[in-house]
Amino acid sequence: MSELLSVSELSVEFTTDRGVAQVLDRISLAIAPGEVVGLVGESGCGKTTLARTVLGVLPAGGRIRGGAIHWEGRDLLRMDARLVNDEIRGRAITFIPQDPWSSLSPLFTVGTQIMDLMKWKSPRRGVTGTRGHWPALVRGYPGARRRADREAVLDVLRAVQIPEPERALRRLPHEFSGGQRQRLMIAMALLPRPDLIIADEPTTALDVTIQAQILRLLRDLVKERGVSVLFTTHDLGTAYELCDRVVVMYAGQEMESAPTDAFFERPAHPYTRRLLDSLPTAGGEIRDIPGEVPSLIGPPPGCRFHPRCDYATAECRARRPDAHAVEGAHRVRCYHPLSAA
Amino acid sequence: MRGALFVLARLARDRSALVGLVLILALALAALLAPVLATHPGDVFEIHPAKRLQPPGAQHLFGTDRMGSDIYSRLLYGARITILIGVIAVGASLAIGVPVGLAAGYYHSWASDLLMRVSDIFLAVPQVVLAIAIAQTLGPSLPNVILALSVTYWPWFARLVYAETRSLEKEVFIESTAALGASPLRLIALHVLPNVASPIIVRASIGMGFTILTAAALGFLGLGPPPPTPEWGRTIAESREFLPDAWWYAAAPGLAIFLTVMGFNLLGDGLRDVLDPRIRRAGGAVRASAVNADV
Amino acid sequence: MSEPRAAPLLEVVDLARHFPIRNAFGLRTGSIRAVDGVSLAVWPGETLGLVGESGCGKSTLGKTVMGIHGPTAGEIRFGGREIGGLGRRERRTVARHLQYVYQDPGASLDPRWKVRRLLHEPLQIHTALSRAERQEQVEAMLREVGLPDAHLDLYPHELSGGQQRRVGLARTLMVRPSLVILDEPTSGLDVSVQASVLKLFRRLQAAFALTYLFISHDLAVVRAMCQRVAVMYLGKVVELAEAAVLFEDPRHPYTRSLLSAVPVIGGRRVTRDFALEGEPPNPRDIPTGCRFRTRCPLVQDLCAVESPPLRSTGGGLVACHFA
Repeated sequence: MSELLSVSELSVEFTTDRGVAQVLDRISLAIAPGEVVGLVGESGCGKTTLARTVLGVLPAGGRIRGGAIHWEGRDLLRMDARLVNDEIRGRAITFIPQDPWSSLSPLFTVGTQIMDLMKWKSPRRGVTGTRGHWPALVRGYPGARRRADREAVLDVLRAVQIPEPERALRRLPHEFSGGQRQRLMIAMALLPRPDLIIADEPTTALDVTIQAQILRLLRDLVKERGVSVLFTTHDLGTAYELCDRVVVMYAGQEMESAPTDAFFERPAHPYTRRLLDSLPTAGGEIRDIPGEVPSLIGPPPGCRFHPRCDYATAECRARRPDAHAVEGAHRVRCYHPLSAA
Repeated sequence: MRGALFVLARLARDRSALVGLVLILALALAALLAPVLATHPGDVFEIHPAKRLQPPGAQHLFGTDRMGSDIYSRLLYGARITILIGVIAVGASLAIGVPVGLAAGYYHSWASDLLMRVSDIFLAVPQVVLAIAIAQTLGPSLPNVILALSVTYWPWFARLVYAETRSLEKEVFIESTAALGASPLRLIALHVLPNVASPIIVRASIGMGFTILTAAALGFLGLGPPPPTPEWGRTIAESREFLPDAWWYAAAPGLAIFLTVMGFNLLGDGLRDVLDPRIRRAGGAVRASAVNADV
Repeated sequence: MSEPRAAPLLEVVDLARHFPIRNAFGLRTGSIRAVDGVSLAVWPGETLGLVGESGCGKSTLGKTVMGIHGPTAGEIRFGGREIGGLGRRERRTVARHLQYVYQDPGASLDPRWKVRRLLHEPLQIHTALSRAERQEQVEAMLREVGLPDAHLDLYPHELSGGQQRRVGLARTLMVRPSLVILDEPTSGLDVSVQASVLKLFRRLQAAFALTYLFISHDLAVVRAMCQRVAVMYLGKVVELAEAAVLFEDPRHPYTRSLLSAVPVIGGRRVTRDFALEGEPPNPRDIPTGCRFRTRCPLVQDLCAVESPPLRSTGGGLVACHFA
């Protein structure tokens, strides 16, 4: 099993003032080393929650109900929390947030913030034990390592095409545009030399021409470094651009997982088909999906798409389908998958 | 009104606000039923020099004053004065301050700035001092006290409403209703005012307490309604020369003032807690759906 | 294009809207020329798309036409009548025929008003109908936008986002405007929700004979919905053509870059060959001559000197010396 990340049967729920929302329902997902996986879906599908759960940063009111997240064979949910925090989060697994505007503190220079990151998460830093924190606070930041880190920072800033990196380090975040800030976030995600980057809608907030630049940059950098990426988006076009494989989610359940071309050309799940059909076309015809996304508080039983699905049968209501292969790496969870037309 | 009942219900859950409400109701009842509750209703005007300065007892619940009149009964009638002053002064301040604040807030002209600078001037002087100055100039009487208080308190409402209106005009629904063709009058009266009502109500309640306190201060200084009007502040002033022996003479009106002001303050605080989160509650529905949204 | 047509419903001529930049003392130190000389026409019954990226001025243009901002220069003619310089009161009578839908129509609802009152209000402002007559129209409109009568007694926060959107639309359409400006109507929406909303717009357009000015940064949506499209960059229109022509054969270098930046599922990957570098210049500091010259692959000396006018080139209008 050469999987880097393997999520199995993960369930997460949220307590809200209206009841308990079953936000993730026994999700299973795997990412291989060097693979770029897109997690697509509409509002409420759970993609952001899944990304956050892997990262271990669920907001208040969220609770993991079951399942496991295996990282290089070890279950993150059962490991010592401090170890996960020191070694995995921000180091082996890093994060690119959606909103470049609020991700950096406005009070400190970019250099201060990046070097602060390097102090704790530099790949040159030794492995700390489970009691890592106190000694590190006292130990401070040794000069030799700091210089090496700074060189690495400048290198990566050049790689993400920030002009004049030395000057950039002395500037405050508000002096950068949205596109440049996102490049900074990418740089900060790459510096710890992670094995997996989780990117949460990284180009949603950007203009389309800037988005194209960032997508291209991201694609080049991750391929160069052999980093895996878990990339959430509601924009199918960006998934098409960036990903080797696409997983589609609906109302907290994953529905289909396929290599990109197969996903877009031969979708097997009725929801995927409907989703692709509702994209605006040049011809002007517009098709939507009847019905509404169900509430996650008391969601439909079995396959959660069945109330809106043309092919639903009693089976679909009774029990959620298991995943089975359509063709090679193309897997779907459906009792009535569409045949390749 | 469904809204008012809802507020009362929420208010009842807050213990200190409930205390405040009870105190205010007690005040209102005292004023309303003074003739019925008073043991010696005639003592507002009559004097009984033989019975002067008697300590509290069965006959006289709070004792008698220097004229022999029953302090308890005079306090009850004094409650009427207190309420009258409070309601009219705060009412007048509202009637002046709210429209001024709305107009200054909605329009962006030199007139708005002028109005706000004028109210700033009033706000710069401590209310008590200003009220004293005005009452002193006009002479001690009930109408003059009310006038002095109204004149010093309206800027608080003006400033508050101005700030709220300015922040509200950035709201999309105001802009879009204007784009729909609504006249400024309609916008201000039907859209802005209801949305700024909550802070106004809170301030009015707290303002009552503050105004009553200032009125008592004016009365104490002899600038209030002249004797034999049983105004609470004046009663305390009268008691000065007989302290500390005739302690009840000052304690009774002092307690009455204290309870009244505290009652309004507690009520105001409680209202603030109820009214503000209720607005956020309106967006509380968002929380459940936010789980569905950006998840 | 050569048949005789009715007069345009909306026409802007050299419209400009500048925002002053003030320093700490309130003195004017410069301006942001958000809309800087735009001329275009909207014909009755059509849907004209206005596209561009952030900072191009399309939203400001919409708001200036609507009267939310006053024009700094130029004319706005609606139904043949000049409305740019109108005072507030006269402007309100125009509101009956020219309406504006915000990106989030739900936010345009007063949170303290019930839906019933919100829908009655436009009629109260613009007509002298009796209460019963208004109620009839309100109910008819609710049906058109697909909402049940029961919603009349609810407050906005008691409705879902989609329902709020429909109420907001209903409110705007209550007085039967002839032109509706839609400002980023599908921004941030899920794909399937977006499809529902677009279908609704189409149905309403047919039901009420509406003309749309469709402002959006989403080119795919614009292509599906609009007959003609205008592309804006830094306050000016750089290209204007029929949708099919614009998307098949864009002339302006910016339009070309813009289109090539949009991911097309099943097509060549943008990430492979997208070529536009740099960022749009600061709107406070617009380049002389052609605004796009700092990023343009066809740039030459002339571009710094002379700003190209919009001229006709067969399929449409282009503002480029070398297109």
